[in-house]
Amino acid sequence: MKTAFGILALSQIAANWLLAILVAVLAMQIAILAFVIVRRSDKTGKRRMRERVRSVEGRSPRQKISLRKLFARVCADGYLGLVLALLYLPILLIIVFSFSGTSRFSFTNGFTLDSYKSLFDPEQNAGLLDALKNTAVLAVSASVISTVLGAFSTIGIYALGKRLKKITLTVNQLPMINSEVVMAVSLMVFFAAFSAIFPQGMTRLIISHVAFCTPYVVLSILPRLQKMDPNMYEAALDLGANPFVAMIKVVFPYIMPGIVSGFAMAFTLSLDDFIITQFNKGDTGIETLSTYIYEDARVKSLEPFWFAVFSIFFVVMFTLLLLMNIKKVQKEAKQ
Amino acid sequence: MKKKFKFRFSRRAFAYPYMIFLLLFVVVPLVIILINAFLDDAGKLTFDNFVEFFTDSGGGLTVLGNSLIIGLVTTLICLVIGYPCAYFLAKYHASNRVLVLLFILPMWVNFLIRTLSTKAIFMALDVDLGMGTVLFGMVYNYLPYMILPLHTTLVSIDHSYIEAAEDLGADKMTVFFKTIVPLSLSGIISGITMTFIPAISTFAISEILSSSKIFLFGDAINMHFSKTTNSFGVGSVMSLVMLVLVILSNLAVNLTSKDEEVKSAL
Repeated sequence: MKTAFGILALSQIAANWLLAILVAVLAMQIAILAFVIVRRSDKTGKRRMRERVRSVEGRSPRQKISLRKLFARVCADGYLGLVLALLYLPILLIIVFSFSGTSRFSFTNGFTLDSYKSLFDPEQNAGLLDALKNTAVLAVSASVISTVLGAFSTIGIYALGKRLKKITLTVNQLPMINSEVVMAVSLMVFFAAFSAIFPQGMTRLIISHVAFCTPYVVLSILPRLQKMDPNMYEAALDLGANPFVAMIKVVFPYIMPGIVSGFAMAFTLSLDDFIITQFNKGDTGIETLSTYIYEDARVKSLEPFWFAVFSIFFVVMFTLLLLMNIKKVQKEAKQ
Repeated sequence: MKKKFKFRFSRRAFAYPYMIFLLLFVVVPLVIILINAFLDDAGKLTFDNFVEFFTDSGGGLTVLGNSLIIGLVTTLICLVIGYPCAYFLAKYHASNRVLVLLFILPMWVNFLIRTLSTKAIFMALDVDLGMGTVLFGMVYNYLPYMILPLHTTLVSIDHSYIEAAEDLGADKMTVFFKTIVPLSLSGIISGITMTFIPAISTFAISEILSSSKIFLFGDAINMHFSKTTNSFGVGSVMSLVMLVLVILSNLAVNLTSKDEEVKSAL
């Protein structure tokens, strides 16, 4: 075994005092954060549970838990912890060793910020910045277009006759269930066949992204629309609104939560996509973040530069997702 | 009455652009793939592509077999690891949404980043890249996709069924295998589809984690459509095979979920 992580790396970590303290503090902070989040969301649920049990049994549920049950529970939690560790270990290792300045997973150079400094090196980051820009342009335009298209067409689909509605919804499902590779090559062949109409580059990418994002938007708005009382719309008409005003002032506010979650879904899907972009980007040299990572890091081994990029990506992504979802959980707890 | 009709017409009209869009960018491309499968390089009608694929002269069938095996093993490992996870989460942490979220979150981090990270770690550990690492990468990638549907069904199981089984004298094992597992069947099937289909058709994971030694069905489709080989015909046949697999697995999902509805209605 090379000088890898494991016991050897651990001893190296220990040798470097500053680093040892830093890693410990970082780990503790992550642990505390996780604990606080888990506790907080657990508490509301438990309180509710306790109240429910109390109301049913008429007494406090604080009974003696048998040792066997306790043991089973500890085992279950241990198992869950193990799987979580497996899921997050590669990510955490990348973050920890992004501070080593090398890609050998050892702290032979001690603690440095070299990999983060290399982010500001114009020679290294030119391609990345370009890819980031393309990704942003693509994700924003694709998600906006698919949200607008999805919102209007869901209202239309809802009003369709039974048979036409069923056919449309079945076809709408195709991009979701279809294997991404098949979807990607079919679009590629299609664009190649009509290359006069669809020029290579961003146009093709936006169309293909809209094609696989809109179905998700439609399916996140449709349930909301089905729950809506049709009388609300009729009432607006009776009160003198014309159909257009009624739609803007009554229907749209009601389905807004669906539109917002559909937009978020489309944005993340487009941001995350690799296969469809890879096939449809053509020869114009347009790279998104995924395809740039694929082209650059696949051939060479992972450079310290990428350690820093990945770490930032992980942290930003997890914070965003956690914040978004915790807000949702809290809102639900209030209701 | 006239006004209502007019309005209905206009509301329906909102669906038409999207229907045209779907037809143009979802249906027509698939039809083109279908047509391509029957054309040779010169654009003449031929069955050679099917003959080449199904007689395995280009090795396409072998690749499909290998992919099916790897896909099955991946799915099985995911199920074995994921089912207890989803079960424990539903049993002990049903109210803890954030913990469930932690299991699902890796899904939203770009899979290339995760796969390249695991590769870097394997290389640092001096592990030989091959079948083992590919399987690890697959399981690591698709485990959340297995846990999510399983958890959704397990959480929604009516607890009174379990109590009824216990009251009727079933021991813990019997309750689990005769009540909980059958009730979560739709989750199991949709979890299997959500892992199996991507696992056989992905093309980057196997390539990265085996240094292009292991070649899967997705890689094969990718290769046939690349600029250098340019054998669209055989690639189209392979895409059609993939499409058939997708439709079959979706039928399985629909059948089980319908079964469930019938059962709950009775």
